This record gives sequence, C-alpha cells and structure tokens, in this order.
Amino acid sequence: MTRIIPVRETILACAILVLIVLVASRFSGFVAPSNLANVFNDTAPLIILALGQMVVILTRCIDLSVAANLALTGMAVAMINVAMPGLPIPAIITIAIMIGAMMGAINGILVWKLSIPPIVVTLGTMTIFRGVIFLISDGKWVNSHEMSPAFTGFPRTVLLGLPVMSWTAVMTIIIFGIMMARTPFGRSIFAVGGNPHAAVYTGINVGKTQFWAFVVSGALAGLTGYLWVARYAVAYVDIAGGFELEVVAACVIGGISIAGGIGSVGGAVLGAIFLGVVKNALPVVNISPFWQLAISGSAILIAVAFNARAGRAKGRIILKSAETTQ
Amino acid sequence: MTTQPAPASSPTTTSLTPPVVSMDMITKNFPGVKALDEVKLDLYPGQVTALVGENGAGKSTTVKILTGIYRTDGGTIRIDGKPVSFISPNDAADVGITAIHQETVLFDELSVAENIYIGHAPRTPFGLIDTGEMHRAAAKLLKDIGAPFSPQTQLRDLGIANKHLVAIARALSVDARVVIMDEPTAALSHKEIEELYDLVEKLKSQGKAILFISHKFNEIFRIADRYTVFRDGAFVGEGVISDITEDQLVTMMVGRSVDQIFPARIHDVGDEVLKVVGYAHPTEFFDINFTLNRGEILGFYGLVGAGRSEFMQALFGITKPSKGVCRINGEIRVIRSPADAVNNGIVYVPEDRGKQGAIIGLPIFQNITLPSLGRTSRRGFLQLAEEFKLAREYSERLDLRAASLDQDVGNLSGGNQQKVVIAKWLATQPQVIILDEPTKGIDIGSKAAVHEFMAELASQGLSVIMVSSEIPEIIGMSDRVIVMRDGLIATELAGDELTPETLVRHAAGITTTAESPTA
Repeated sequence: MTRIIPVRETILACAILVLIVLVASRFSGFVAPSNLANVFNDTAPLIILALGQMVVILTRCIDLSVAANLALTGMAVAMINVAMPGLPIPAIITIAIMIGAMMGAINGILVWKLSIPPIVVTLGTMTIFRGVIFLISDGKWVNSHEMSPAFTGFPRTVLLGLPVMSWTAVMTIIIFGIMMARTPFGRSIFAVGGNPHAAVYTGINVGKTQFWAFVVSGALAGLTGYLWVARYAVAYVDIAGGFELEVVAACVIGGISIAGGIGSVGGAVLGAIFLGVVKNALPVVNISPFWQLAISGSAILIAVAFNARAGRAKGRIILKSAETTQ
Repeated sequence: MTTQPAPASSPTTTSLTPPVVSMDMITKNFPGVKALDEVKLDLYPGQVTALVGENGAGKSTTVKILTGIYRTDGGTIRIDGKPVSFISPNDAADVGITAIHQETVLFDELSVAENIYIGHAPRTPFGLIDTGEMHRAAAKLLKDIGAPFSPQTQLRDLGIANKHLVAIARALSVDARVVIMDEPTAALSHKEIEELYDLVEKLKSQGKAILFISHKFNEIFRIADRYTVFRDGAFVGEGVISDITEDQLVTMMVGRSVDQIFPARIHDVGDEVLKVVGYAHPTEFFDINFTLNRGEILGFYGLVGAGRSEFMQALFGITKPSKGVCRINGEIRVIRSPADAVNNGIVYVPEDRGKQGAIIGLPIFQNITLPSLGRTSRRGFLQLAEEFKLAREYSERLDLRAASLDQDVGNLSGGNQQKVVIAKWLATQPQVIILDEPTKGIDIGSKAAVHEFMAELASQGLSVIMVSSEIPEIIGMSDRVIVMRDGLIATELAGDELTPETLVRHAAGITTTAESPTA
C-alpha cells in the first residue's frame, strides 16, 4: 500500500518479465506492443474478477460463484438485448452491474445473517446460478446474429489505442487502488481480515463488511458478464466454466493471503497478468497446454510457500538486541 | 518479596501416612517475575488438599510443574519419598499424576471410550485397537465413577458435567494416584457440582491423592481435608481444614500488606458522566446499577465467571442486554453496537489483547486511526496527512518506540503493540475507557507503567472502568469498587471499607458478619 517497494509485488513483476524475455528469445513477435496489448486485453476479465475476489478474500471469505454469476448476468443481458435491441449500452451495463451485485448480495446475506461458511454458500449459489441460466434460457444459446451490433461491438471499440475491454480493466484497477488505500471501506476490509476480533472492538461490523465485499465482487462479475458475452458474441449455460478457480489462483499468486488481511491491488493485478502471460505465451512457443497447467499450478504452490515463509518471519521478538536492530 | 508473619497453623495433626507427592523449596522464575519462591506442597493418599490463593499466587504454575509442563528452577519433588525430575508431561503421567483442567481437553467427534483410551488403547496381537476390550474396560471405569452413559456415546452429546466425568475416567484409566482438579466447578451448575463432590469422595475412598484448586470457600470447606495457602508465589501456611475458619483462611490469603507502589492520585472527582440503570441479561447478569464520574477510576472486582466482562461487553454493545438504560452526560443513549459505543465516547480495551488488539498487517498509523476514520476523511476519502498527524500525536503521547509510523504493527514488541492499541482508543477522544484486566500477564515493571498511565488519564478528566482480579491493583488504583458475584452487584465499596478482606468476602459470598462492617 504505502510501502515504497512492495517486496512481493516486485518479485512477481520480475517473474513476469523473465517469462516474457524467455518467450521473446524464442519468438520475438511476442513482445511487439500490439501483441502485449492483446495479451492484456485477453487478461482483462481475469484482472477485473481478481480484484473483486481480492476484496472478498481479504475479509477471510471466498467467492466461488463469480464465474456462474458472470454467466448468469451475461445470459440475462444477452436475452434483454434480444428482446429490446434498442436499449442503449449504458443501460445494459447498469443492469449487468445491478444483477451481479444482487447475486453478490445473496451470498453476502447468507454469510452475514446466517453465518454459513463462505465456501459453502458460494459453492451452493454457484450451482444455483448455473441452474437459473438453464431455466431462463431453456438451455438454448444466444448467438451473435441475435445480438445487436452495438451490444457486441462495445467491448471492442478502440479508444486511444486500446479496446474498451482493456480500458474497463484499467479503470477498475484505478478505482480499486483508490478504494483500498483511501476510503474507510477499504481500510475496514483489511481490518476485518487482519483481526476480526479486534475489528469488532473497534466498532467495525465484520459481517456487514463481508456482505459489501460480496456485493463488490458480484457487481464486477456482472460487469464482466456483459463484456464477456459481448466480446465472444455468444451466451450459453457453461460459459466461463471453472473460471472461478483461475480467479482465485490469480489472487493467491498475487500474494493475497487466503487467511485474509494481507494483499494488495498490485498483487492481484500482477497475479492475473502472470496467468494471462502463461496462457498466451506458451502456445506461441509450442509448449503443450499440459505444461501451461503445470506452470500455473507450480506458481500457486510457490506463491503460497513464499507467503507462508514471509508470515513466519514475523514472530515475536524476544531478544532486546534483536528488537533494536529492526 | 516480603515474608509476612503467616499465621501458619499447627503442624499436621496425628500421624498420617507419608505424602505421595512432596514438593519442597520449589522455585520457578520467569523473566522479570519470580512465580514461585521456595514453596512447599504435600499431597496425601485418600485426602483432598485445597490449594488456596489469590490470582497470581502461583497456583497454576504449581499445577504446571506437577504435570511436567514447566521445569523447576530449584527445589525437589519427591514421589513416595524418592526425588524425581520431570522433563516432560509424560514423566509426570508415568508416576501417576494427572490433571483435569477447567476446560477439558477432549475430542467431541469421538466416542466416550475412544476419548478415555486415546493414546493408550488396548491392542490386538496385530497391533490394531482392540475395540471390544476398550469398551469393556471403559464401561467398568464409567461404572466405578457412576457415570450414567455408555462408552459408545458420542462425546458431543454429553453436557459439561458428563464431559468432566469422561476426563476423570480418562485420568483413572492411566492408573492415576494423584488427581489435580483446577477449578473443576467453575462451569458447572449446582446439581452437577453435587455430583462432582460425590465423585471426589469416591476417588478419596480409592486412596487417590487429590489437589483441589478453587476460589469458592463453601466448596473448600465442604470437600477439602487439608489446605495449603500461597500468596504472591510464596508459601504462607498449611494445615487441616477442620482447624481453621473462613476468616482465618481469608486473612492468610490476602495478607496484610498491599505494599506494591501505586501512583499517588488526587481523588478529584467531577460530574456524573455515565449512569447505568437496571442492565440485565437473560443468562449472564441482572440489575446492574451504578454511576461513573469524570476523572474517576471505578474498579470492578469479582471471581472469574462473576459476569464482569459479560456486562462490560453489553455496555460496549457487543452483546445485547435484555433490559436497562444507559445515560451519558444525563442523556439516554441506546448502544446497540460497538460503533454506537465509540460514537458515544465509550471505548473498551478487552482482556485478550493478543486476539482482540492490534491488527497485524496494517501499519502503525492505520491501526491508530482505525476507529477515527470519520475524522481523518473528507468527502469519503481518507486524508493520509491527517491520519499521520493524528497517529503521531498519540504515539508521541504514549512514547511509542518505532522506526516509522508506516511500519507493520507485527514487527513491534508486545509492549509497543499494546501502546498502539491504547493510542487507537485515546485517538477517538473517549469519555469513558473500560480496561479489562489491564495488567494481566505482564511483568511488574510494565504494570507500574500501566498504573501510572491510568492515573494520568483520570487526572486529565477521563473516566476509567477497570475490571481486575488482582486485589492490590483494585485497592491501589480505584476510587470506588463494585464487587460482582454470580452476575449481580454484591456491594459497592469505597474509602476505609476497601480492604482485601471485605473484597474477598463479598466476592466469595461469605456471609459471616465478622468485625468489618459491610452493607
């Protein structure tokens, strides 16, 4: 946050650079600015969702329903677009965010008021949301020819050299950077995850903070739902299947402690970019998809091991001499 | 450590069988504290010895030495007259010493028999657990102690009293000769306590030596045969219960000297700040009424489980009282959440500071400003400059030693972390600060610093409620003291009435009207 050189983030950034340099040594076209921009654009949904997931994980929860939320919102706005092709895009985006936030609120209420463990709540709602998509769509696809050109064109519209999809991710990063560092809500998120008991005594409502974290995560899932469906110009029951695990992985690689309270916007973004680079770079240099999975998996383990070590170093200092050298 | 002329009672009466366990000249040091100073304790077969003393007298340390958790720094422990040294808890278990703790250490998801024999279950020739034999043996043990449930019962289906029986059966399963019971009745209801007494009688009749630790005088006089009194880590006296009265025992426990040095305070008490009327809770406390004035330190004394912390949590809005009104500066205020309490100028520094104190992972300044974010933000955005200003002001006031306010709290020493927690509360500019056991578990030097600081806060016009179980601290610091017992206010004491004897008597519910006049 306010540290001059955040160690974890620097290491991760170096790892990404090394990866890019290695790939570039085999295939120089990879580092062309246009290609890097494509990689970023491709990673944008992951970045946006990872930021939402970060907020949830920081409060000692987890949101496994993000991908299902994304798919449900995507299907809903696609069907709205088919029914009312004239509805302007800002209205569609607003609806998508509201639907997503509403589903996040369902998660949040169950965690807050009924004290059900978040992993159970979101595992349940994940399945329910997928079921709802089937119910509202009858299992049918909404294809590109049914959607209006404005609907599918918006995420690809290029502004100042980058598509709207990328700009959305950039804006989300900026907003979250400010929210986490500069608002009472952001601060209470860290407090709730860092020490929930102390947070209670400080006058922070832990359950309510977790509720709002789920709403934020849901709202971003809703926004991404529209962008995803519009970009790929198709909506069906199974879109983004299993994507929630990639989102959680991005957070873990980015140094967001799964035990809550520790993490940063920069970390979540870099974690997502790392996965994005692995996914886009390895096929280019003819490395099989199997290795891609193995590398992602190893990155998760290395990140967790690294975080566990960092956490252990912060023990109690008993020696007076050791304290003064701090 | 002063040695008081203890009214040590007459040397043990008639010729007894020699003690099973004999602790002699046992000393135990912790950094900055002498927890035990050449104490002695003898336990006899078939007899219940009550170990009596105030908080900090060294009872728990003694238990931990007897069970091999701590090693002694001097003195000898003899078992059947032979010196032994306990290197690990296993050594204590090997000679037949077993302890039943306040919170029993059992496994809810296992059966009663499995709990009794976990770690030493009977085996079949193939090395597997012999379930049949285990159940038979467990059934016999349970029958011996009169337990009304079968070995196959799941532990989670049992109440606290029955869980105690399982713990006792477990103790017997290892052929214990010495059973240590550390406040076994603290969490039990009246009927369950009676059952426990029966069980103690049964153990006695089987020739076990029992060490019984309790704060409740009625039960000490009911079931103990002998007593040993410790005070401030030193041996005061021992003898046979029938030779001593409750008053004599209280005198031995608290001694005459409150010779710890407390900061001199001018009792300059101002207007009423807080008035609590008729606070009640369905299960924890009832009819709590008191007033608190500006610049006053109000002590809350009582035994563990008297409902002090529970009431404070209700006053702070963590739990909800079923009845009662709270007036702040004369105006009725409703406190439904800790946020309401903080907004009304009431802050609470809880007992468990490790768990409820600083937020590790946030830098120092963010810990300090956390409850004051409303003041350090403008139009919903935090102003870092304001935050630093506020944090600097209060960390300087508390003489907090840190390289930078941007440093992670986790890297600070315990004492400095505590300062961060207190700075956090002072930064909210409270009117009432509730300190729950403010000096529990800290060394004497730090204690003095906390006391001095408390006195300073009061002199600056802050009203302090101090919950404490330490008699010297309560007497040395408080303007007035409220004694709670079993969830009720037993009495309010001030001035000359404020003596160790009256405090203990009211807290323990000793009704004998001795020389001291009490309301």
